[in-house]
This record gives sequence, C-alpha cells and structure tokens, in this order.
Amino acid sequence: MSKILIRGAKVLGGEPQDVLIDGEVIEAVGTGLSAEGAEVVEAAGKVLLPGLVDLHTHLREPGREDSETVLTGTRAAATGGFTAVFAMANTFPVADTAGVVEQVWRLGREHGYCDVQPIGAVTVGLEGKKLAELGAMHESAAGVTVFSDDGKCVDDAVIMRRALEYVKAFGGVVAQHAQEPRLTEGAQMNEGVVSAELGLGGWPAVAEESIIARDVLLAEHVGSRVHICHLSTAGSVEIVRWAKSRGIDVTAEVTPHHLLLTDELVRTYNPVYKVNPPLRTERDVHALREALADGTIDIVATDHAPHPHEDKDCEWAAAAMGMVGLETALSVVQETMVDTGLLDWAGVADRMSVKPAQIGQATGHGRPVSAGEPANLTLVDTEYRGQVDPAGFASRSRNTPYQGRELPGRVTHTWLRGKATLVDGKLS
Amino acid sequence: MQRHLISAADLTRDDAVLILDTAEEMARVADRPIKKLPTLRGRTIVNLFFEDSTRTRISFEAAEKRLSADVINFSAKGSSVSKGESLKDTAQTLEAMGVDAVVIRHGASGAPYRLANSGWIDAAVINAGDGTHQHPTQALLDAFTMRRRLIGRDAGLGQDLSGRRITVVGDVLHSRVARSNVDLLHTLGAEVTLVAPPTLVPVGVETWPCEVSYDLDSTLPKCDAVMMLRVQRERMNAAFFPTEREYSRRYGLDGDRMARLPEHAIVMHPGPMVRGMEITAEVADSDRCTAVEQVANGVSIRMAVLYLLLGGNEPAVTHSRTEEK
Repeated sequence: MSKILIRGAKVLGGEPQDVLIDGEVIEAVGTGLSAEGAEVVEAAGKVLLPGLVDLHTHLREPGREDSETVLTGTRAAATGGFTAVFAMANTFPVADTAGVVEQVWRLGREHGYCDVQPIGAVTVGLEGKKLAELGAMHESAAGVTVFSDDGKCVDDAVIMRRALEYVKAFGGVVAQHAQEPRLTEGAQMNEGVVSAELGLGGWPAVAEESIIARDVLLAEHVGSRVHICHLSTAGSVEIVRWAKSRGIDVTAEVTPHHLLLTDELVRTYNPVYKVNPPLRTERDVHALREALADGTIDIVATDHAPHPHEDKDCEWAAAAMGMVGLETALSVVQETMVDTGLLDWAGVADRMSVKPAQIGQATGHGRPVSAGEPANLTLVDTEYRGQVDPAGFASRSRNTPYQGRELPGRVTHTWLRGKATLVDGKLS
Repeated sequence: MQRHLISAADLTRDDAVLILDTAEEMARVADRPIKKLPTLRGRTIVNLFFEDSTRTRISFEAAEKRLSADVINFSAKGSSVSKGESLKDTAQTLEAMGVDAVVIRHGASGAPYRLANSGWIDAAVINAGDGTHQHPTQALLDAFTMRRRLIGRDAGLGQDLSGRRITVVGDVLHSRVARSNVDLLHTLGAEVTLVAPPTLVPVGVETWPCEVSYDLDSTLPKCDAVMMLRVQRERMNAAFFPTEREYSRRYGLDGDRMARLPEHAIVMHPGPMVRGMEITAEVADSDRCTAVEQVANGVSIRMAVLYLLLGGNEPAVTHSRTEEK
C-alpha cells in the first residue's frame, strides 16, 4: 500500500508534526518522521483536522438530480473537507424504506468521495402520520441510526413520542426539524422588525422554541435521546441549555449561515437569503456563537440544500428555501468562531467531526489524529483569504449566500481512509 | 427623483412635494375639454397586473392615455403566466417588445423590487401594489387629497403635511396601503396613529414612525383625517377577530363616531369599501368622506409620477395655450 507523509502540519492547530499514512490508517504521528517510500505533502503552516462530518446534507438523489446527485454532492463534500455526510430523507421517493436508504448508501460507496450515511424518514412520506419502518432501515445494509422528517416537523406529539421510544430498541436518534406548522403558515422570513416592514409572512421564533421545549420534555419522559436540527434562535439556546442542565439527552446543531447572516439581508428581496429556518437577528447570531463555543450547541451541520438556478431567480415568495453550504462551511466557522477567538482548532475538530460522528454513530470518523486510527483527514490553509466564487463549486447548484464575500480558510487536502479525495484544492 | 418608484419610503420630502405639486398641474388638465397632453407620445407603458385590480389598472391606464403614451395591458389570467412562465421571462418578453416603463401589481411582496434590481430589464418600474408591502401611488394620492382638503388647492402648493394628525384604522398587518401611508405621511411631517385590534398589527411595528392604539374612540377627537382600511371578512376565519359584528362595534366608523371628529376632519377610504364592516353607509355617503375624490386624484397623481419618471425636463403643461383660448 502507498504511504503519504504530511509534513509539518499543525495537528488540531497545535505544534507542527508529521503524520504518516500507510494504506487506510495513520501509522505514526511525530516529528522528523522518515519520508522514505512515501509521497510527501508539505503542510507547514496548515492545520490538520480529522475529516469533517456533516450530520445534515441534502443530496437530492433520487428525484431532484437537476439540483444535486450523490456524486456531485459528495464531490462538494470532499472539496469542503468532509469525509462523511448524512443524507436527509426528503428525496423523491422519500427515504422511508430500506430500499431507498440502501440505494443512497450504495451510490456513496461507489463514487468514493466521502462516506454517505443515509438518514431515514421518521414517518411514511414525511407526512407525520404513520411511523416508517425504522427497524428495517436500521437493519438494512445502510445501517440507519438517525431518523428525521427534516423539511417538515414531526408535529404530532404522540407520533414524536412513539418515534423517540421506538428507536431506543436499536440506539437510534430522532433529529427534529422544529417548526410548529400552524404558527408558520405562509411564513417567508423571520418575524420581527424586518418582516413588518417588508410585508413578508413571519416565521416566529416561538414556532421553533415551543417544539424544542416539548421534545426535550418528551425525550426526558420516555428516556430517549433527541437531536435538534438547525437551531436558530436565542430562545432555543436557552431551552437546550436548561434541558442539558436537567440531564436530558439532547444534542443540537447550528448551521454556518445562522452563525453569520441576519434577516437584514432579506431587505434585498434576493431569494438566495431565503432559508428554513430563516435568517434571524444579530442577537440570535451572537447567542448561537456563544452556545457553540460553550457546548450548549454540540455541532455545526451545513443543511446543504441545493436548488436549481430558476428556483432562486424569481420573486421571493415563489423561491425555494435553502442554501448550499458544504464548500463554505469551514470558512464560515473560521470567520465566526476561530478568528473571533470563540473556538480554537481543537474545538472546531470537536464540533465539526468528533461530535457529529458520535451523534450519528459514524464508525471510523471523528477519531483522534493518532497512530492506528483511520486516515480520515482534512488539511486547511487557514492563512488564505479569498472571495467566494460559486462558478468553481463542485456542487451542481450555485445557491450560495456568500457569492463575492471574502472568507478565510481553504481546504487543500482531504483524505478518506488514506485515499486523497482532494489534492491542492482539486478533486482527484 | 429615482428611476423607479418601488416604495413610499424611497421618496424624500422634496420628491413627494414635487409629485403633489405636479399632480395639481395635471388635475387642471382634467378640467379642460380635451384632457390630453402630448408629453409621453411615442413612449410605451405596460400595465403588468398579476393580481386582479380593476380600479388601480384603470386609473393608471387613464393617466397613461392622458399623457399620450402607448398602453399595453397585461393580465396574468389566461396568459403564459398561468402556464408557469416566470416573472423574469414575462418581463423580458415585454421589454423585448420595446417597453419604456412597467407598472406592476403583484401578489408577492418585493416582486417590483426584484424587477427593478435584478438586472432582468432596463425599463422603469412603478409599483402598483405588491403583496402586503407597498402601494406608493396610493399613499401619494391620499396625501394629495389631504393636502387639498386640509390646506387648499392653491394654498397647498409647495406645502407638506407638517403637524397634521392622521389616524389609519383597520387591517394594518395585511395592508400595503397602511405601510405606504406611514412612510409617506411621516416624510411629509404628519403624525400618524394606527388603530387596530392587536391581532392585525404586525410584530415589529415598534420601529415604525407612528403611534399604535387599540382604541378608536380616544383617537378620533384629535385627528385631522381618519383613513378606514378595508377588512376582509375571511380574516375572521383565521381568528384575527371573533365576528364581523364585534369588529364593526369596536373598529368600524359609524355616524356617532364620525360626530366625535373635529369639524374640519375628513374620512378617507382607499376602496373598495366593505359597507357595514369598517364603514357604515351613512359615513361613506357623507360629504366628509373623500373616497370618490381619492379615485379622481389617483389619476392626477399617476400622471405626475409617470411624467416625472419618464417625461424628462420638459414642462408637463403649457399654460399659454389654455390662456389664449
């Protein structure tokens, strides 16, 4: 097997070290390691992280291959430094059977750019009425452990309770898209000062917070664990903080865009800023950053949501909700968390690799950078600054809110079990 | 003046006064036997209406024709829009036919803004009402009506509405008329009070340049004009208020309430009125109600806006000819 020597990288942002990969595993970590028989990657000044893990990706296949496929989505993931992504279930057909989740899982393996772990739907057709065959999806080749109706909320309290109880049999977790549907009928953006002025239907914070409050109490009552998708408000942070202090088994994620952008951007009526949950206020952004820093929010997840150009090149109300995020996630986290001093690189590794791998039980991912571990690694040029140019995206879609924005950091190399998927910023 | 008219908030005090003054000149044309000016001869204006609105469309059409523009009316019903054509394609198709200005009415808030700012077309864009966002020419014609009635046709020239107290009553939450009026009246120096049940006031209203009250009776004795907004009966199905009768009792304007207004105060309504809901027939048909006058003034205001956006620097009206006659 081939050997790769990553020379002089700041492992988790620490002192420069050499990392020797042999085949699929890390053989040694240290200083002055021999380069004999190894391909050398000069990494002086760069930061080496465990391969990133995204617990919340929309790969769109099957059904919406015009916006993304497992191939293009995993190429985007590798470009962004990810070695594993969890593919959401809201495809066409919905990933609510063993057949669909196995198909997605298999496509990921065939393409080989990153591991694709399908998420199974909680309810049949995401309709919130009847539990999908969660056990069958778990026992399938895909080995599903995370279940979510993401895009829709499991709003029926009884269905949610049953799902939380049922997945205990095989150690699964329900990932809730917290959105009270009646409070968000016709919702177009965050409800507040800006929506009042723009005359766009409001998506109130309480619609998210009330569901989170209910679900942490349900999780406590039935002794199960619950994961909160894309938490977006200061109030949600308070509820999760309270739940954790009570010992409730809850984890939560925040998206990069909710760490950086606010609803003031909606004043442009440019649907590239239309996303669900919506961009919130400055106060929320600060609360989310602090919560990610102090661990109240466990992880960053992209909610990478590709849409074709025509679905964004229109009036606000007609536009689709969502933003692509895999290729800019680490840069946004560096901008909002590292360069602000809220988190060090070891913290980034924890929030973007270790913890998401734990929550999703992604074996072999989110491991320490040390001898004997699988060689899932990401090398980052943290000194880089540059404008985001969607024309260069590996994703099939271009709906990024960061076009033309200057962001720091650039992933130069990604290794999936010792195999380079990204070399010098180019997919291999 | 800007190149487009998207929001009443985009107008400065001087822009707004200029439009009102120009509208007074335009109104004089309406008093002539031949109500037509050559100002926009050879210019093509499309009235792009994605929402039914006979009165606003006709008002714009009358204004365009009096300025001698070529007018194309486009209604979304029965057009390619109903077959799924996008706003962008519709606008580009029309522009390819040589359109100088687009007057757009759209159900989606922000559609005119997108049309003006997305690089889709080069034509001037005039917002004729977008979703629950803005309806700037309505606010202008309302201000025009107030200035005429409260200050005077000639005395009002060059004047704004400083110190006038205006009360706007009704479904503020869903009203583009309310939003436009709050912006423009504030710019013109008026003091605005919004009156509505709390369910029909948007969350976030606290940053608007106006007062908010839930009590109509206490505001009536101290206002110079009260503007009644239409309240759609369907709102009660979404629990915005319990019943039509309760709404009328608490927020409707009847003869008794009208009697509590100062003597000089006027009653306004942008139409269409729901008689028996927000306004009784007695009030609607009284001399104090300016609803019909507002419609007439709408044509003058739209002439002024079109002239100022498209007409360039030539004077709109040549007075010498009328004087010779």
